[in-house]
Amino acid sequence: MPQIEIDVNGAHHSVPVEPRLLLVHLLRDKLELTGTHVGCDTSSCGACTVLLNGESVKSCTMFAVQADGSAVITIEGIGASDALHPMQEAFWKMHGLQCGYCTPGMIVSAVDLLRRNPDPSDDEIRAGIEGNLCRCTGYENIIRAVRSAAAALRNDESRHSVAELLPVGGSN
Amino acid sequence: MNLVGAPIDRVDGRRKITGTARYAAETPLPGLTYAVMVESTIPAGTIAAVDAAAATRASGVIAVLTYENAPKVEQHKVAGMTDRNLPLLQDRIVRYDRQPVAVVVADTFERATDAASLVRIRYDTSVPALSLAHGSGYHPEHSHGDEPSVYERGNVDAAFAGADVKIDRTYTTPVEHHNPMEPHATVATWDGDVLTVYDATQGVFGTRSRLAVAFGIPPANVRVVCPFVGGGFGSKGSAWAHTVLAAMAARAVKRPVKLVLARPQMFGSVGYRPATIQRVTLGAKRDGTLVSTLHEVRSQTSIFDEFVEPSAELTKMLYAVPNVRTINTVVPLNAATPTFMRAPGESSGSFALESAMDELAYAVGLDPLEVRLRNHADSDPSKQLPFSSKSLRECYSVGAERFGWSRRVPRARSMRDGGLLVGMGVASATYPTNRSAASALVRLSSDGTAHVFAGTQDLGTGAYTVFSQVAAEELGIPVSSVRFELGDTNFPMGPVSGGSQTTASVGNAVSVAARSARDRAIGLALGDPQSSLHGHDADAIDVRDGRIFLRDRPDVGDTYAAILGRHPQGEIEERGDARPGDEKTAFSMHAFGAQFAEVRVDPELGTVRVVKMVGAFASGRILNAKTARSQYLGGMVWGLSMALHEITRTDARSGRIMNANLADYLVPVNKDVPSDFEAYIVPEDDPNVNPLGVKGIGEIGIVGAAAAIANAVYHATGTRVRDLPIQPEKLV
Repeated sequence: MPQIEIDVNGAHHSVPVEPRLLLVHLLRDKLELTGTHVGCDTSSCGACTVLLNGESVKSCTMFAVQADGSAVITIEGIGASDALHPMQEAFWKMHGLQCGYCTPGMIVSAVDLLRRNPDPSDDEIRAGIEGNLCRCTGYENIIRAVRSAAAALRNDESRHSVAELLPVGGSN
Repeated sequence: MNLVGAPIDRVDGRRKITGTARYAAETPLPGLTYAVMVESTIPAGTIAAVDAAAATRASGVIAVLTYENAPKVEQHKVAGMTDRNLPLLQDRIVRYDRQPVAVVVADTFERATDAASLVRIRYDTSVPALSLAHGSGYHPEHSHGDEPSVYERGNVDAAFAGADVKIDRTYTTPVEHHNPMEPHATVATWDGDVLTVYDATQGVFGTRSRLAVAFGIPPANVRVVCPFVGGGFGSKGSAWAHTVLAAMAARAVKRPVKLVLARPQMFGSVGYRPATIQRVTLGAKRDGTLVSTLHEVRSQTSIFDEFVEPSAELTKMLYAVPNVRTINTVVPLNAATPTFMRAPGESSGSFALESAMDELAYAVGLDPLEVRLRNHADSDPSKQLPFSSKSLRECYSVGAERFGWSRRVPRARSMRDGGLLVGMGVASATYPTNRSAASALVRLSSDGTAHVFAGTQDLGTGAYTVFSQVAAEELGIPVSSVRFELGDTNFPMGPVSGGSQTTASVGNAVSVAARSARDRAIGLALGDPQSSLHGHDADAIDVRDGRIFLRDRPDVGDTYAAILGRHPQGEIEERGDARPGDEKTAFSMHAFGAQFAEVRVDPELGTVRVVKMVGAFASGRILNAKTARSQYLGGMVWGLSMALHEITRTDARSGRIMNANLADYLVPVNKDVPSDFEAYIVPEDDPNVNPLGVKGIGEIGIVGAAAAIANAVYHATGTRVRDLPIQPEKLV
C-alpha cells in the first residue's frame, strides 16, 4: 500500500492508503475530519471542497495519492469554534446556511474566491461559487455573507490569513 | 421579554460553520463496517439467478445479502401517512428500476463498493408499465388525509355549460427528485435485541416504529438518533429500504454497519414527486367571476404501494366558486413509490390552477391580479368555515407594490428590453396549517440554565433556534441559557417534520413544558422560607433574566439558580404535552401568499432568465424573521427550479432513469437565482389557529412560484407552456 505524506490543517500525516482511496474519504474516514461532506461523488455539488496548496479542489474527485506532498486545509482548518474566520462568522450572521451540509464546502470556495478577488461584485460572487450547490437557502443570504466577509477582510487584512496555515515549502 | 420574534442568529450555526455538526454518516463507532446496496437494472421482472461468488471472495467482504439468504423481515407497512411498503430482499420480484437487490458489507467503503460491482444478477424481464397517460388507473379512497378522491360541490357540468367564458386546458408536471444535499445515510448497531440507528430522517419516531415492525421487536428496543439532517424536503419523511437493510446487515455481521446512498441511488428508493397530468376547466362570467372549476389529477404510484399527489386540494378552497369538482386518479407504474415533496399537491396543483387563472384573465381582458381579487374567498367554501385568519389581500397588495406590478403592460409580448422579451406574472399561494400532538421536557438546573428535549428534527429550518427562543421567553431567561436537544427517540415524542407542522406542533409543547417548569420554580420560591418571595402570591410574580421577582417591587426577588440550589435535587423537570384542540371544527386554517416574477426571454434561443422574484406571505406569528425569510426564499427558488429546471427522465422503452446525478438532473446554481429577489413577511395575528399563533412556513414559498414564472413567460412571449419544465425548445 503506498504511503503518502500530507499536511492537513498544519499537522503532518504519514498515511498508508489504497491507491483508489479518494481524498475526501482519507479526510473523513481515516483522519476523522468529517466537516468535509460528500454530496454527489461527481464534483457537481462542491460539498467536499477543500484547499489544496491554497487552491480550492473537490476532494471527492481526487485520489489521496494525488495529494501526496501537499498541504490541505479543510473547514476545520479554516477556523475553529473559538477562532472563527470572518467568512465563517459572515455565513452565520448573514444566515447563509440552513441545513449546513453544503456550508463547509461553500465557505472554503468563498475563501478561495476572495483570495483571487478580494472585492467581488455580487455577480462575480455568484459566478465564483456557482460550483457549490445549496438546496435550502436560495443562495441570497450566501451572497450577502460573502460580500460581508470580503468587506471585513479588506478592513483587516492581518486577520485570519489562511495562507498562514500552510507550512513553509508545503507544496508538491 | 420579546425573544420570540427576534431575528436571532441560529443557535446551531457555530457547529455548522466549523464542520463539527455531525450528520448520520459521521457517527463514529468502533468496529464499523460499510454496506453498499446493489440495485436492479431493469424495471420489471424476476431475478433468475444471483452469482455472488466473486463478491463474497473479494478482499474485506464480510457478507453479501440477497433474496436467497436475507433474514426474513416484515416489509409491509402498518399504518400512518408516512409508512411505506419496502423492498427488503424478501423475494425475487423486481418492481422498479434501481430496486435494492443485494447488500454487500465489507471492512472498508472502497472494498464494499468494489465487491458490489462484482455481484452478478441475471433477470427474466417482463413488460413494464411505464405510461402515466395510457396506463389504467383507479380512484384511491382518499386524495389526502380524510379527503375523498372524488369531490363535488354544486353542479360543475351545468355551470360550465352555461358559462360565458370557458377555459379547458391540460397541464403536466414531471417526476422530480428531492435531492437534499445530504444523501440518505444510516449507521446501525445491535446490542442483543436492542437496535440503535443513526439515521438521516425527518421523523425519528416513524423510523423507530418501522424498524420495530420490520424486525418484530418492541419499539422500546429501537433507538433512532438524528441531531442534524442535511435537508429532506419530504424524501426523509419515511423510513425507506436502506435504513432497514442497514439494520438487517448489522444484525447479520454482528457489527455496526454504515450505509450511505451514492447520489445516483438518491433517484432509487427514497421517493420523488410523481408526474401529473392535470385537466383544469374554469367557467366564468364576463366580469371574471368564476362559476365552476373542474380539476382532474392523474398521478403515478408504484405497483406495490399507493401515494396520491393531492394536486387539487387547494382548488377546493382557494377561490369562491359555487361549483367545484376535483378528481384524483392514480396509475400504478413500474417505478419506485412516490412520496411527499415540498408542498406535495399544492406545488404541482398550483401550477395548473394558477396557470388556468392567468388564461382566464387574458380571456376576459382583466389584470391577472384583479381576476384573483374578484374571486377572493372570504371564507372556506369547501369546509363552509371561516378562516382562522387570512391576509391574502394584503399579500397581493404588498407584493404588487414591492414588485412594481404597475409597470406591467397588459398585452402579451408587448414589453422589451433590447432584444429580450420581458414578462411579468403573478400567482396565489396557500398551504394548510397542520398540527400534531407533541411533547417536550424542560430541565431547569441550579446553574440557571434550561435543558430542553424534544423528539423532533431540524432539517435546516431553524427548529433548534426557534424552540430555544420559545423556551427562553416562557422561562424568562436568555436564549444563551437554553440548551435544546432534538432528534432522539429517547426524548418526548414529536411528529414527522413534514407538512410544515413542526413549529405549530412542537413549539406549543415546548411552550407548555417551559411554562410549567417556570410555575413550579415560582411555587418552590413562594413556599420556601429562605426565599425573599416566601408567602407572596403567584399572581404578583414576574420573571426576567433568570430572576423571579415581585412585579410591583422588582427589588424583591430570587433567581432560578438560587431557588434550585436550595432544592434537594438541584434541578426540576417538567414535561409539556400539546395537541390540537377543536379549532379544526371551528376554522379553516391556511397560510396565504402572493408570488410575482419577472422574466427575460431570448426570442431566438428560447432561454428564460428570472430577473426578479417577490413573494409576500402571511403565516401567522413569525418566531424568527431571519429563519422565516430564509425558508420563504428557499421555497421560491424551489418554485423557480420547478418552472425551469427539474425533470427526472425515464427512458420510455427500458424504464431506466437516465439522468440520476447532479450533472444531468438540474437544480439551481447561484447564477440561476434572480439578483432582485425578496420575500416579505406580511404581519398576521391569529388567535384561533393554536396557542403560539403560528402557521407553517416551510412549504408555502414554493406554492404558486412556478405558475408565476410560467405566467411571466406567457406575458413575455405569447406562448403558453403547460408542460413543466419550461425548456428553451418549448419557446422556439
